[in-house]
Amino acid sequence: MFTIEINGKSVEANDGQMVIDAADAAGIYIPRFCYHKKLSVAANCRMCLVEVEKMGKPVPACATPAVSGMKVFTQSQKALDAQKAVMEFLLINHPLDCPICDQGGECELQDLALCYGEDVGRYTEGKRAVADEDIGPLVATEMTRCIHCTRCVRFGTEIAGFRELGMTGRGEKSRIGTYVKHFMQSEVSGNIIDLCPVGALTSKPYRFTARAWEMSQHRSIAPHDCLGSNIYVHTRGYEYSDFREVMRVIPRENESINETWLSDRDRFSYEGLHKDHRLTGPMIRKEGKWLQVDWPTALNFAANKLRDIINSKKPDQLAAIASPSSTLEELYLLQKIVRDLGSNNIDHRLHQSDFSQQENAPLFPGMSTELASIDSMDAILLVGSDIRREQPLAGLRVRKACLNGATIMRIGSIDHDVNFKLSENVHTTPSTLVESLQAVVDSLTSDANKSSIAKHLKNSEKSLIILGDEAQSHSQATLVRALCLEIAKLSNAKIAIMTLGANSAGAWIAGAVPHRKAAGENSSAVGLNAQTMFSQPRAAYILLNVEPEHDLIHSSTAIAALMAADFVMSLSPYMSPVHADLADVLLPIAPFTETDGTFVNVEGKWQSFNAVSPPYGEVRPGWKVLRVFGNLLELNGYDYICASEVRNELEKLLQHSNVPTDRTSLEKNTSNKPKGFEILYEWPAVCVDNVSRRANALQSILMPLQRTVSISSETAKDLGIQSEQLITLKQSDREITVPARIDARIPNTCVLVPKGVSLTSGFGDGFAEITVQRGESHA
Amino acid sequence: MTEAVTIAPETQAEIDRWLKKYPTDRKQSAVLQALMFVQRDNGGWLSEAHLNAIADYLELPRIAVYEVATFYDMYDLKPVGKNKIDVCTNISCKLCGCDKIVSHLEKRLGIKIGETTSDGRYTLKGVECLAACVGAPMMQINDLEYHEKLTPEKVDAILDRLEKEGDK
Repeated sequence: MFTIEINGKSVEANDGQMVIDAADAAGIYIPRFCYHKKLSVAANCRMCLVEVEKMGKPVPACATPAVSGMKVFTQSQKALDAQKAVMEFLLINHPLDCPICDQGGECELQDLALCYGEDVGRYTEGKRAVADEDIGPLVATEMTRCIHCTRCVRFGTEIAGFRELGMTGRGEKSRIGTYVKHFMQSEVSGNIIDLCPVGALTSKPYRFTARAWEMSQHRSIAPHDCLGSNIYVHTRGYEYSDFREVMRVIPRENESINETWLSDRDRFSYEGLHKDHRLTGPMIRKEGKWLQVDWPTALNFAANKLRDIINSKKPDQLAAIASPSSTLEELYLLQKIVRDLGSNNIDHRLHQSDFSQQENAPLFPGMSTELASIDSMDAILLVGSDIRREQPLAGLRVRKACLNGATIMRIGSIDHDVNFKLSENVHTTPSTLVESLQAVVDSLTSDANKSSIAKHLKNSEKSLIILGDEAQSHSQATLVRALCLEIAKLSNAKIAIMTLGANSAGAWIAGAVPHRKAAGENSSAVGLNAQTMFSQPRAAYILLNVEPEHDLIHSSTAIAALMAADFVMSLSPYMSPVHADLADVLLPIAPFTETDGTFVNVEGKWQSFNAVSPPYGEVRPGWKVLRVFGNLLELNGYDYICASEVRNELEKLLQHSNVPTDRTSLEKNTSNKPKGFEILYEWPAVCVDNVSRRANALQSILMPLQRTVSISSETAKDLGIQSEQLITLKQSDREITVPARIDARIPNTCVLVPKGVSLTSGFGDGFAEITVQRGESHA
Repeated sequence: MTEAVTIAPETQAEIDRWLKKYPTDRKQSAVLQALMFVQRDNGGWLSEAHLNAIADYLELPRIAVYEVATFYDMYDLKPVGKNKIDVCTNISCKLCGCDKIVSHLEKRLGIKIGETTSDGRYTLKGVECLAACVGAPMMQINDLEYHEKLTPEKVDAILDRLEKEGDK
């Protein structure tokens, strides 16, 4: 640490720090285009030229290391002249199309041209024009506006690990592009929109819909994965007006979670909130017809039905299933109602099949370390995880660790492509996953270090085991978890259970599990879980943000039970065709942008957010609906005035909570290897919940592989089919005939069923026996 | 889609010799030479398929090879004539009157800069500085011969010689 002088002010600087960083830290702004704190220094735009005492020529502040005693002038005549000259050069070829440019009003070039540009140009020659490229449905290009800062190229190379954009050509002919027509294949491609300092790369879904100055900016939390990325939601329209609309979502910097980035899913899912997709008001089914009714009618109808069933049958005839992306407040109130009515049948573990030892779980499954610490791990073992698509920004951190020299290893049944180097890649089947983990445990306990995974974990000072969706939805998930805990214990590794949705941790804490009440208090009676509440059909069900045909691993059993039930009420912003078939009441609740709420992320961080726009039409926030519903059921203690009161009540309960850490223990491996085919499920990144499934641009990036069932080439040969021919899958009395694709990621004798897509709507009954046959109707 | 091409084994050996000069994780260092060799094998130009083959051989992202191949004037991404004439049109040559040389060449060959004669004998290119400013204006023939301090007469003499050689 030493001091330098900038504009006569003493400023602290570190060894190796660049002048621009020291100035930024001290709040002194130096203009820049190519410099970005998260990217390498390119020093090619020259906008940050400053004067340094005893240096003859102006120097770029982004590439000049601070030296003790250095005197920097950012606004001297010499510095200003240099900056103005650079600006004049940049504007030579930049089109004067700000009025029709989406970046207008939030453009770094426009802002700096105001300060450093001349009002009249001296350049009279023809300007350069560059043909646009179509790089996919998310990012729009207008390459004539490009000033060649190469931020997008560096982001791809350094951060995202996709080297798809580059600068081709030379001098005046140089241009940014893919050279060969090509759609970007990245889960974080939208970040180049933020990085682009001009209007060359803009958001395609948002294009030409609003102006920066028309919008209000609101702090919120991204609702699709367990990281809880911090976001800004931009809305247009007066506050409290029904016309206020969400126009777009951009990242809000939070170094400990999402840094300055955002995944494409979190950025573009807002399209799913659009009014066209939404329920406008409560609906009830009368004599087989859906009627629009007012709230009192709908809620009274539901309360009466529910009371009748509970009075005429037993309270345990009621079951509730909630999405783990519901808010903490909604989940808490839902379980409170269910329990106050005398039932413990509530769950949020939509992808889970193995619920054994749930009593040994900690307060919530999550990470035993911080997200940011992933960057500095020495070894990381991914177990059944497609981290790139499940938690894209955690994936970027794994990549960062890898670039820092960490050894990244993987055990899993789907050979997902990764953007980091895998030192060990054990490609298993679901049934051999357990054996592979056992082998690691065995080599850690015996002296003979046979497994190199064990060796790496043991020899690393800081190591981490990450459990992804496959590990958690595995048919022997408890055993998988116990083995991972054992490996972690033996190798002194940290563990991260990357849970589904934005708020799985919150769901556990709120008590949306059948064996524990709020704040982890043991329930005297253990209710039915997400599987058994359907395999042992109930008379009444409450669905909270759940679409059974897509969200559940036991879709077919669930739909059968829901169809047969006396009464089903669904709380959701949307109505799906399946809801229309099986529900009796539809209560439209607000999505995350229209309600106050809290998400608890995988680290256990509570992040609250407020509604950014009024609920659409007759829609109401879920916590309010449940509060009124509790009152109508004549239950006590539902007089909350605001969402934070619900949160405070739960927080108070937590003060007395003392759930021990994870005690999941190793029980004997009782696996009986299934005969015939094994089923694998995959929820494509853009199909994980009801909001993302309705976001049009995101849906259009679904890969062909995610629109078909996948099998290995050997399996295809055995079945005698070619890629894209039909196969018939039969499981628990349900049969579908769908196109199959040969997919190198899939092990033999396995079939990968994508969930959340219309192709397999309603199909899937966990790991029940499946038969796979050549489909009929081969032309 | 372009059809895939493979790099001849002898050429691979040549590239490997260059790869040995650099650390094993710096295969990108050999890209200039690899492009040269493959271009030579292919009669003086590189198709997209050739660039892809080089990228795959050096384990580079394809765009990294496109960037290099489009930057340097010495790589041709379209078929070229039997004789390639590179006229420098960069600053020193410009100041010393390369425009006159260019228009003379264009007139004599009946083609514009960037074109190839219909008989496939000549390609005329305007290129960036070839580091012979002291002899501006200058041109280069077939990546080998430098001709400096050009005048229209000198250009005619050079072209006459090329014609003659071509007749042989």
